[in-house]
Amino acid sequence: MKTTDIKLKPSLLALFVVSTLLSGCGDDDEVVVTPEPTPPAVVMQTYTVTVTNLTANQPMSPVIVASHSADAMLWQAGETASLAIEKMAEGGDTADIAALEAVTNSVNGAGMLMPGMTETLTLTLAEADVANLSLVTMLVNTNDAFTGVNGVNIAEMDVDIPIMMHYMAYDAGTEANTEAKGSMPGPADGGEGFNAARDDVNFVHIHPGVISQYDGLADSVLMPSHRFDNPVLAVTITRTE
Amino acid sequence: MKRTLVNASLLAAGLLSLSTQAADIEVSVTNLTHGNHFTPLFIAAHTSDSHLFHVGEMASPALQKMAEGGDIADLDTAVTGTNGVTSANPAMGLLAAGASVNDVMLDTADNTHLSIVAMVLPTNDAFIGLDSWKIPTEAGTYTVYINAYDAGTEANDEIINGGGMSGVAGIPAAPGGNGGANGTGVMDGADNMYVHTHPGVLGDTDPAGGPSDLDSRIHRWLNPVAKVVVTVK
Repeated sequence: MKTTDIKLKPSLLALFVVSTLLSGCGDDDEVVVTPEPTPPAVVMQTYTVTVTNLTANQPMSPVIVASHSADAMLWQAGETASLAIEKMAEGGDTADIAALEAVTNSVNGAGMLMPGMTETLTLTLAEADVANLSLVTMLVNTNDAFTGVNGVNIAEMDVDIPIMMHYMAYDAGTEANTEAKGSMPGPADGGEGFNAARDDVNFVHIHPGVISQYDGLADSVLMPSHRFDNPVLAVTITRTE
Repeated sequence: MKRTLVNASLLAAGLLSLSTQAADIEVSVTNLTHGNHFTPLFIAAHTSDSHLFHVGEMASPALQKMAEGGDIADLDTAVTGTNGVTSANPAMGLLAAGASVNDVMLDTADNTHLSIVAMVLPTNDAFIGLDSWKIPTEAGTYTVYINAYDAGTEANDEIINGGGMSGVAGIPAAPGGNGGANGTGVMDGADNMYVHTHPGVLGDTDPAGGPSDLDSRIHRWLNPVAKVVVTVK
């Protein structure tokens, strides 16, 4: 295990430093109680997640890749969206998802994932934390469209045998698809992100697509290029070690 | 644990004798659309050589009845007549957007393939379709996402007029109570008479006129329109 391969979030890095300091001045018992793995003692696995935005003109908010327990799902079609999903789907804010109790590790993309662009994220996990992996991102020129991976099991993956999948766009059902000026955070509008009000069907479903001002929705600020069809996201997950 | 062992032995027996063992399956269907209803679902286990529909071929009269008016009686008669096993209308009526019907039990007997259809309302002749999906022999849970097809039997004029009989123009109803009236009719220019992937509905934002009686903010969809989860016991 090369320490250069271990990529931790700044907050986790801080914990790591603290735990190292603690174990440096204490005895072995303290290693057991430290909340984060001590690299020399724990087998780590590294996963790369490569995402490509397949849409015509829907930038995607910085992706979050999260590892979590096998019994957790970030969303369920037909069920009400959680507040964490609502904040992500309406405004691209993934902080609540990273903070979910079931999430053991997470990493965010460097920035917006523009149409046609590809980004590779790396997640290094203690072997004991390897279970399921999810990924979500908002289509930002919409009211509350999002896409992602909802709990794929990575525990059985062999090294360098990738999983490749395409994913569809979901509607969080938490904000009406008005496409109206001031209602969407993306560059097409520059409007509002998260709003606590729920004024749509209030269940997660497959997004019906955007209409645009050219297709009969008079108040829409969206253009035909903001329309999309499924699939909207390509994802390749590879266990590299 | 005990159940797993039993299934393993059944599977082994099936492989050795090269015969198909009776399998119990549980089927769940979720309506993934924003605002469309499904008419009574028709779930059928049948042999590999029968189909409820075939993309690229003309719809049978029985399929047309289902796609234009939600009537699954003829499909049920056809499948049960060839020793298929069916569940007709497991949701006991319409399946609303976001709703699911769970744990539909089928003892598939010698039938190896699964098909599922239901009309999408409000449309002229759209239906959700799973066409002859091979039922896995290994116990487990399998998820399949399915698309909306156009039966190719009726022009998509998007007029809600109660027309649900085969060959009668128009849409039977908008069960959500959100349909319009007095639309002038969409001329969609299609002459494809074969079952094909539905292009989606147009709709408009004028409930009292415009070309369509559908609402573009409520009744549009993108595929997939339904999620099917099959549990093989």
